[in-house]
Amino acid sequence: MNDANTLADLLTRICPMHLILDCDGVIGHTGSTLQKLRPDAPMKGRNFLDIFELIRPRRAQCVSDLLEGPGVKLKVAFRDAPHTTLKGEIARIPGGAVVALSFGISLLDAVRDYDLTSADFAVTDLAIELLYLVEAKSLVEEASRQLNLRLQAARISAEEQAFTDTLTGLKNRRALDHVLARKSGGGMPYTVVHLDLDFFKQVNDTLGHAAGDYVLQEVARILVEETRREDTVARAGGDEFVIVFDNLTDRPRLQRIATRLIRRMEEPMHYQGRKCAISASIGIALSAEAPGCAPAELLRHADQALYAAKRGGRATLRFYTPGLPEHEQAGQPGRRNAAPG
Amino acid sequence: MHGLVNRAIQSFAINTYGQERWQAVTEAAGLDGVTFEAMLIYDDALTDAVLGALCNQLGRAREEVLEDLGTYLVSHPEVEALRRLLRFGGDTYVDFLHSLDDLPDRARLAVSDLMLPAMELREAGAGRFSLTCGPELPGFGWVMMGILRTMADDYGALVMLEHDGNRGNHEVIAITLVESAFAKGRDFDLGARAG
Repeated sequence: MNDANTLADLLTRICPMHLILDCDGVIGHTGSTLQKLRPDAPMKGRNFLDIFELIRPRRAQCVSDLLEGPGVKLKVAFRDAPHTTLKGEIARIPGGAVVALSFGISLLDAVRDYDLTSADFAVTDLAIELLYLVEAKSLVEEASRQLNLRLQAARISAEEQAFTDTLTGLKNRRALDHVLARKSGGGMPYTVVHLDLDFFKQVNDTLGHAAGDYVLQEVARILVEETRREDTVARAGGDEFVIVFDNLTDRPRLQRIATRLIRRMEEPMHYQGRKCAISASIGIALSAEAPGCAPAELLRHADQALYAAKRGGRATLRFYTPGLPEHEQAGQPGRRNAAPG
Repeated sequence: MHGLVNRAIQSFAINTYGQERWQAVTEAAGLDGVTFEAMLIYDDALTDAVLGALCNQLGRAREEVLEDLGTYLVSHPEVEALRRLLRFGGDTYVDFLHSLDDLPDRARLAVSDLMLPAMELREAGAGRFSLTCGPELPGFGWVMMGILRTMADDYGALVMLEHDGNRGNHEVIAITLVESAFAKGRDFDLGARAG
């Protein structure tokens, strides 16, 4: 009897989540923290398995099944709500057994459900450290998440403001719009050249997108080589390019430039040893031939001329002349889909 | 310097003295309008420049400003999470004092590249303690003055604090615990997850 009291005293001090059972599993003593989980239902005098459902070991039917070895690992859950799960060990002692329990991973729910304080945990229990760590880590995670969100927003806004086509290094559609917008209101004459690749879709379809990307980069290189530094070369989208020539309105000269562009596009390009055969169709519109014409309108003219070149059998160039058939999505390079490929 | 430190100064300056004051401070420190990110690392000189500019703006000594920063860190609702993390240190003010030895390690558990100065608490008996702060963050002792004073209120303890100057490059704080249960203190609920 004296020994039993000594044991209960000891466990109360260093193991606040213990139970002392008799051989039938009836509870004789309960640790203070364990009892705190069910403040209105004293555990003393009740059977261990009436209060707890045994999750592991699965095969045990009664407490005596658990006492065959010197010590058995346990996983149990309260039969009534909240069904907190506890982990622990049961160890045989003369006349019964001691069960030592802890919250394990259910700790976070337990502190919320039971209003526990640090005094409820054994000094050796890492519960407080775990709670500290979870809280500190979630703060850090939130700070990192906020940073990521801000970086993401900054990236999107930088992309929206970008003027460069990332694949080819040419100006993009946005930059082209800016250049054209500055042309309105007079100033020096200029020419808009709208170029669309022929047979590009076949390259993409048969050799893959990497080959297609390679072709677009080669085309960009040719366009830069064949134009002056002050000209604007833009990829308007897909396989469409727009060149704005400043102060160049001489038809024969434009014709020579455009012809050379088409010829150079037709020179074989090789991607990983495989030949990519393309050509280009070109439409040209001169501001000098359409006085007072808005830049967007001139771009539409170039698109109509391009459409006429495509219909005329590809690999050719056309100058805009009034009366060319309207291309239904004219003036929207980069968004067309009706032109023959 | 770890962004968390810069962020703490920024949060203190904005919430205590206002956005405009902070704007003026960052301009004077030559980083016009920069917002510190908690999880990035900045040049140490930047922190020093910002602190210097803040003290100039306020016309106050750096020690005073740093002590106010310490008070802010554990009392302002904006940074309530930090007070909670410190309260995990123990149930009583004395437990809390002893937990300071582990604070740099605890901080590193959460943020692996956050290096707080090493701290060592010595007990001199009769409620007297001394806290030695390492040299990693100059002036950190003054921040700790503010933290220790405010956490005493938090625990309901009555303490007297004195910054005992420097021993070599270490700062020493003398702490006298007059009464550990002087007032009720603030509640600390383990399960209450701030922020």
